[in-house]
Amino acid sequence: MTRSVIIVGGGHNGLICAAYLAKAGYEVKLVEARDRVGGGASTVSFAGGYSVSGLAHILHSLNEKVCRDLNLAGAGLKAGPAVDTISLDRQGRHLTLGANTASGDGLSQKDIDAYRSFKNEYRAYAAALDPLMMNKPPRLKDMDGRDKLTLAKIGMKLRFGLGAKSMREFLRVGGINIYDILNEVFDNESLKGAIALDAVLGHHMGPRTPNTVLAYLHRLRGENQGLPTLPPGGMGQVTQAISDAAHGFGATIRTGEKVKRILVSDGKTSGVELSNGEQLHADIVVSNADAKTTFLDLVGTGELDAMFAHRVNQTRCKGTVAKVYLALSELPQFGDLSPEQLGHRLLVAPDMRYLEHAFNFAKYGEFSRAPVLEITVPSIADTSLAPAGHHVMSVSAGYAPYELKEGWEQQRTIFMDKVIALVGEYAPGFEQLVVGKEILTPVDIEREYNLTGGHWHQGEMTIDQSFMMRPVHGSAQYDTPIEGLFLCGATAHPGGNVTGIPGHNAAQRILKTQGESG
Amino acid sequence: MAKHDFKQVLEPTPFHARVDEQSLVKNWTSWNGYQTARVYDTLASEYFAIRSSCSVMDLTPMEKYRITGPDAFKFLSHLVVRDISKLQVGRVTYVLWCNDEGKVLDDGTIFQLAENDYRLCSQHHQLDWLLLSSLGMDVNISKETHEVAALAIQGPTSCSVLTEAGFRGLAQLKPFRVLQTNLHGFEVMISRTGYTGDLGYELWTSPENALELWDAIFAVQNLYNIRPVGLDALEIVRIEAGFIMPGDDFNTAETTVRADHDRSPFELGMDWVVNFNKPYFTGKRALIAEQALPIRRRLVKMSVKGNKPPADSFLYDGKSGKRIGTIKSQVWSPILKANLAMADVEYRNGVAPSEVWAEIYYQKELEWRATWAECRIIDKPFWSHPRRSATPPGQF
Repeated sequence: MTRSVIIVGGGHNGLICAAYLAKAGYEVKLVEARDRVGGGASTVSFAGGYSVSGLAHILHSLNEKVCRDLNLAGAGLKAGPAVDTISLDRQGRHLTLGANTASGDGLSQKDIDAYRSFKNEYRAYAAALDPLMMNKPPRLKDMDGRDKLTLAKIGMKLRFGLGAKSMREFLRVGGINIYDILNEVFDNESLKGAIALDAVLGHHMGPRTPNTVLAYLHRLRGENQGLPTLPPGGMGQVTQAISDAAHGFGATIRTGEKVKRILVSDGKTSGVELSNGEQLHADIVVSNADAKTTFLDLVGTGELDAMFAHRVNQTRCKGTVAKVYLALSELPQFGDLSPEQLGHRLLVAPDMRYLEHAFNFAKYGEFSRAPVLEITVPSIADTSLAPAGHHVMSVSAGYAPYELKEGWEQQRTIFMDKVIALVGEYAPGFEQLVVGKEILTPVDIEREYNLTGGHWHQGEMTIDQSFMMRPVHGSAQYDTPIEGLFLCGATAHPGGNVTGIPGHNAAQRILKTQGESG
Repeated sequence: MAKHDFKQVLEPTPFHARVDEQSLVKNWTSWNGYQTARVYDTLASEYFAIRSSCSVMDLTPMEKYRITGPDAFKFLSHLVVRDISKLQVGRVTYVLWCNDEGKVLDDGTIFQLAENDYRLCSQHHQLDWLLLSSLGMDVNISKETHEVAALAIQGPTSCSVLTEAGFRGLAQLKPFRVLQTNLHGFEVMISRTGYTGDLGYELWTSPENALELWDAIFAVQNLYNIRPVGLDALEIVRIEAGFIMPGDDFNTAETTVRADHDRSPFELGMDWVVNFNKPYFTGKRALIAEQALPIRRRLVKMSVKGNKPPADSFLYDGKSGKRIGTIKSQVWSPILKANLAMADVEYRNGVAPSEVWAEIYYQKELEWRATWAECRIIDKPFWSHPRRSATPPGQF
């Protein structure tokens, strides 16, 4: 008899999990609350006639094994043009950062050389962690054969892949902060600020926060497969391709249907109940929702042990980034940047002190007086996103803490205008080009995307919430205390970013424990 | 009640004026932070008051929690391992509760006072665990240890004493039932519950009526032998009755640091309290898994031969055999003329050892000696009396 699966939520991980299970012969039904699949990686329209990636706007680490296994290229996935990173400077001394190359006015040869060796070294660290990423996180107690193999592989990669010297360095830096590391390696403040942004954006962390090196390695992992890209049609095109692949393998995908609860009796799940009261039954339920939503809202604390529910409730899961969509009547002028250069990834992260100061506000429930920005203008490469001659700009703006002291209701537009004014400081006259604008604060993201705390990664990616403790111990290997219920979202190991790895790993776990074929 | 002065190390209970007056030996100890008498006069007279006439004990320090709200029942049912669905207004039930790993945190009683209104009494402080367990439930939990004055009136003549003191309708009160009544115009709740294995009642009232309640009971002292009793006498009778004492007979899960030093209900011989045919409760998954395996150890009741007190003794599977356990608490039972003990004993392949010997160290005129005593595991309470469960209990 074919084993049936219901997947709660059609974010990219839910879709990938659905595709793998359908491919293996399971009868898969995916239920998504929003009217389109993709979750945070979808394309939305705004301001009448403009389209933009909903939350994630750069594809930088979709796992290549996943792409291969599911033949996503065959399903229509287009990665789009690779982009460099340009760190904006008020005086026009912009820095351009590639995978290994750094250039810009005022950058010393020492820093240029250091950048190359730093990136090589840190990409090697990220690669050393690969066995850990692509497998269920090993348990430290009651290991199975697979866990031992994973640990052995990491040991081999660290010791023989990196070599003794690099391994020692990796063990030194693994848990500390990016601020100290970058000060050791580089002189140029602007360069340090640009790199540090990758270690903190999306997290409740500043450059001086311990753990930021690990966060940076997570982010860097994608670079081992190639440069970040801006997919044509926005991120929605990527997840649509995954959805089509899943559909091609036989998965049924239903959108606009919200799961109200996960049915549990005698410690086993039997399916889900939709908000319209309809019950769908299945042998297995896989949740793409975050841990708090899955356990506290959909399962309910009544079906859980008290301390487990408490642990889930205590996980840190408050977003710090707002999303701003801007419709522009024409391309802005950032100093001497060419229109082609504007198509790259632009940063407002002038130096690490600036980032740390920006973060200080978030600690006390305020938004940054001088925010940190990651900007893309996807309409340069894909003109279909905006009416002829017009453009769209997508801005991820930190820090905008979920719990704002004064509440977001009144502050939402104030922060949005602050972001616009800040861009204007780098591109004079920018405000006059804005013909449409919209902001999603973490509170809006929580509501619109069903993401607790509006957190990018469905939970802070700190060491205490990683690996065999992600989301909490007792549910860290994709399975849960509820028999037949699994997690497949970023809330599970190895965490966030559009990698597809949690979805892949969850599917592998299900196939391993529930039968290799449906 | 006036707020307790923090400079006082031990807090007085609402009965303290009388307790202090009656305490001849001033042998105080702390019970949950309250100043409590271990002995008032002599242990023997207090013990025999419980067993032969009527005893009065200040029960106020017992931890008391009020649980109200629409999800109060759901909360309690999810908290405890026992099926409490038959609980109704005016009834009391014994319960125990576990952590996620199915290890016992504490035991106690639940009183249903009204619809969606319960009192949970426990041995140790549990407020943190109760609050933590209430996540996602519409329930209000507050500690009311100091807001409720409580007396235990226990012994063969307890019904007669209380009736004589002015309470009506006690003779018809069944075990684990509650009577809401009043005395001299103030409200008193009486439950037929106790910790002695004999006929007995617990009286609950507001602290401002505490002294008047005490006085009303002792007013009939001319007719009956009534004595205040301390914790030492209680320790003897509770072991005779076979009641476990969390924290003494086993380490409670909350205070356990070392692996395997906590205990499940099965390991305490409390299987009868655990019910898997009810909705999920904390520890259920762990207990189902544990039950599938042969039991590894058990807290057992044992009688120990001879007259040497087997305090803290190691237990062996034969004289000079393999060590298989320790004695957790023990008393000399005057009524049974025997050494009774609660002991933690290892089982082999789920079976109790066929032979248990205690190695006893004792002193003769300050000189230490050692001896061996054979022990017998006993399943039933060491001592009980038909009047404990009879209604009416009869006049004694």
